[in-house]
Amino acid sequence: MQRIGVFVCHCGSNIAATVDVKRVALAMLSENGVVFADDYQYMCSESGQLKIAQAVKEHNLTGLVICSCSPRMHEATFRKAAEKAGINPYMVEIANIREQCSWIHKDIEQATQKAIILARAAVAKVNLNSPLIAGKSPVKKRALVIGGGIAGIQTALDIADAGFEVDIVEKTPSIGGKMSQLDKTFPTLDCSACILTPKMVDCAAHEKITIFTYSEVENVSGFVGNFTVDIKKKARYVDSAKCTGCGLCQEKCPSKKALSEFNCGLSNRSAIYTPFAQAVPNVPVIDPLQCIKLKTGKCGLCEKVCAANAIDYTQKDEIITREYGAIVVATGFDVINLDNYDEYAYSQSKDVITSLELERIMNAAGPTKGHLERMSDGKAPKNIVFVQCVGSRCADNKGKSYCSKICCMYTAKHAMLIRDKYPDVNVSVFYIDVRTPGKNFDEFYRRAVEEYGVNYIKGQVGKVTPEPDGSLTVHGVDLIDGRQVKISADMVVLAAAIEPNASVRQLATQLTASIDTNNFLTEAHPKLRPVESPTAGVFLSGVCQGPKDIPETVSQAGAAAAKVIGLLAKNELTTNPCTAHSDELLCNGCSACANVCPYGAISYQDKEVNDHGIRETRRIAMVNTALCQGCGACTVTCPSGAMDLNGFSNKQIIAEVDAICR
Amino acid sequence: MSNREEKVLQISGVNPRKCMKCGKCSASCPSYDEMDIKPHQFVSYVLNGRTKALAESKSVEKCLACFACVERCPRNVEPAKIIDAARQLNVRQRYGDTLSANDIPSLIDEDTPQQLLVSAFRKYKR
Amino acid sequence: MALKYSYYPGCTLKNKAKSLDITARKCASALGFELEEIENWQCCGGVYPLGSDEIATKLSSVRALDYAKSKSQKLVTLCSACHHVIKRVNDDMKNVPDTRMRANNYLKLDTPYCGETQVLHYLEVLRDEIGFDNIAKAVKNPLKGVKIGAYYGCMLLRPSKIMEFDNPENPQIMEDFIKALGAQSVIFPYRNECCGGHVALKSPESAQKLSGKVTRSAEGFGADMLITACPLCLYNLNKNSQSDIPVYYFTELLAKALGIDSEE
Repeated sequence: MQRIGVFVCHCGSNIAATVDVKRVALAMLSENGVVFADDYQYMCSESGQLKIAQAVKEHNLTGLVICSCSPRMHEATFRKAAEKAGINPYMVEIANIREQCSWIHKDIEQATQKAIILARAAVAKVNLNSPLIAGKSPVKKRALVIGGGIAGIQTALDIADAGFEVDIVEKTPSIGGKMSQLDKTFPTLDCSACILTPKMVDCAAHEKITIFTYSEVENVSGFVGNFTVDIKKKARYVDSAKCTGCGLCQEKCPSKKALSEFNCGLSNRSAIYTPFAQAVPNVPVIDPLQCIKLKTGKCGLCEKVCAANAIDYTQKDEIITREYGAIVVATGFDVINLDNYDEYAYSQSKDVITSLELERIMNAAGPTKGHLERMSDGKAPKNIVFVQCVGSRCADNKGKSYCSKICCMYTAKHAMLIRDKYPDVNVSVFYIDVRTPGKNFDEFYRRAVEEYGVNYIKGQVGKVTPEPDGSLTVHGVDLIDGRQVKISADMVVLAAAIEPNASVRQLATQLTASIDTNNFLTEAHPKLRPVESPTAGVFLSGVCQGPKDIPETVSQAGAAAAKVIGLLAKNELTTNPCTAHSDELLCNGCSACANVCPYGAISYQDKEVNDHGIRETRRIAMVNTALCQGCGACTVTCPSGAMDLNGFSNKQIIAEVDAICR
Repeated sequence: MSNREEKVLQISGVNPRKCMKCGKCSASCPSYDEMDIKPHQFVSYVLNGRTKALAESKSVEKCLACFACVERCPRNVEPAKIIDAARQLNVRQRYGDTLSANDIPSLIDEDTPQQLLVSAFRKYKR
Repeated sequence: MALKYSYYPGCTLKNKAKSLDITARKCASALGFELEEIENWQCCGGVYPLGSDEIATKLSSVRALDYAKSKSQKLVTLCSACHHVIKRVNDDMKNVPDTRMRANNYLKLDTPYCGETQVLHYLEVLRDEIGFDNIAKAVKNPLKGVKIGAYYGCMLLRPSKIMEFDNPENPQIMEDFIKALGAQSVIFPYRNECCGGHVALKSPESAQKLSGKVTRSAEGFGADMLITACPLCLYNLNKNSQSDIPVYYFTELLAKALGIDSEE
């Protein structure tokens, strides 16, 4: 028979304003097993925890029910408090009367009734709880960083500098990411490549960092401290060990019609290529869809000219399996597809471009060698119009609901750079709001207006019409002047919304990490745990978690690294004792549980059992408790009720339901 | 919110709070120059209790119902429905008509399609 | 057996736009489908009633839609305005419970009408049911060398989430149609801008401004002629645009290309 103590938290007025906490405590006194009940202003505070310790001592308690906020918030706090007071931490149950009760109700009577019911269910469960002992598991001292942009690079460098091994998996042929495509960076206007390239080189040179480019994560299993990851190294058709990076193969390759991904399709590349001159590693790949040799068997020019004998047309995709203690997702972003925004004539005119395309046009290594030219006819534009919020802040299913955050600043940058280099070019910016929070950001935008004479127009563009003479008419509105404006432009630049890289959906499934409705990875807590995924051992770095600029990305990358280092510094982790186990007399070996287990924790054994005196060999499910995360999928799937979960047994759950329905 | 404002919102089915004041409606409106109250102002006229002025404005008869504002509004506000609701406030009243059968002979020519007369009567007459 | 559709001609096709009606019917039989005129159809009203509480102005459309339902046929329109009104009313009957309930309460049909009928524009029949490739095969007099601008106007395209006709800002159905006839399509940016619509009656000067922009844009891009599906667009482009560019109903060109005599 348990001796249960119930503690009802006021949470200041968060709970007490809507729930009659005294009545809840009083009602619990008549529940089976309850020998003590009280309420207090802040149960999580030091004095609140002291109250628990005193009550345990005075009333010889064996179990606790805390009626408070969500267990996600303070379950760990109260378990620790229980342990200190001499009770097994798994003899504590939380009744969530804040998020699931006081916050969502207005009527005191109703809320109090519900709080009583929730508390009653928790008491019913504690009556069936038994002490559980957590085990220990070792930590693999290596981290995996998925994505080799500035976020992944910074995270990897910081982890490696702390002395731990890091692997970077990057799906394109080089690390560098979106930042390597940028020309200058705000708010200091330093050259993007100049500050990024040294970091890329550092990564390649770091003895603790291994880079897998042209590679993708194929499969993930295991759990925090003990992940096993299959990495697919796509066939490069070039032997990285032999290649000297001389570049002769790219020069001689006769297939030069493929669109350069790095230049946003604004120029062509050869079938064998490195995406850009400073690529790391400086080893080309052969695009099998473009290579004449791989398509027809004829050609082989690159092989002939390669002095290092590095070309290997027989290379195959390769799967390598590595073990990690922690995984960092740094998969970054892409610019949205503009098919839904044909009013801006992006698909109808080559001179309507995205801001990322403008970066390439402005870049000395870009398709126009850094000369500001129209893509249609190579002429120098005299009038350029920028359109903000293309696909951002939309509630219409065509675009994104969020603000992409970086556009206001990069547009100010573009406008300023153009006015600086080409003072006779008129630059107008249509904006809805100019959002520039950040150190030296608003000053930067004001400089564009005040010193560089950029014409900011408050209002949106309705349509861009290509004209017979090759110009573009921008039909907008000036809300301050109160008039429609038509600007004859020769180039229109769209600040297209950004979205998480498409690969993140599948990756999130592999990692059992959650994503939001916009495909951004969810953080464990939006304010207090912003770089951790709710899945233990999985961390977030950069835009995969939400729109951010380079300074913010680098800060977050460092923060993610710090969390990883904190994890890898431990030799062992406390495991969750709430794992599943099967009753060998009930199990019929149907495999249903193994099929739903997301952690691969269930296997089968032929085992001799004694079923009421009948000895026979049966196929029985076995749970590897080191792998089991206690999700409970197997227990609800099991058709014979053989699977059960420590701490959440079928009996306990039914007791809760019974208590609620009573 | 007064009766008149509520009526406009009820007839139009528009939620004016969704507007983020970007002005894309006014940028898109082919009748902008003909209107005294501009499409992006429809929402604030209703929210600020100036529906009467909206209903009495030239804009109610200048909207072409071309739905460019509806198509391009990034917030699904549908300004055309607001101005049409303001128009209906007028035509649903006695003496609210601004077109009568007697006017027709002087307004048509030998090619005037029936569609034009039908549409105009729907827009200008109870 | 020939495909049969319930056909809603609308008021203007019985009067000022007879050639749209006649050529459409003749082309249909040449292409192997039949337009069966809905009995006792009533005028759609020309403009879709935007008021969410309006029922009476939607009933003529519902009657036509219910007629097509009773014959288990798709409902085909030609005039852009009729198409716009009937398609949107059908959407209301399918998706707006209040309109559906009140319209059915009034009509007292044997079984309530709940948006079951599929509404197709004649162009959609050509594209989706006949296929432009088959039309190209049926062409006897290809319109070689003719540069044709497709003028869509507003009502076929917008609001796109209800009309579901084509990309509202960069449509291609009429361009594909033009190509099927062997002619060259001229894309001009004002092809989906308003001609002035009903405002032409009381403010012809507004219609002149707007339709003038359309014809100037088309001429600027080298169009020899324009095609449209809408009698009011045709009227505004002819009468108000102050341009001499010829404007035809798309079915008139179809008849010509198919070698059909378009006289009554």
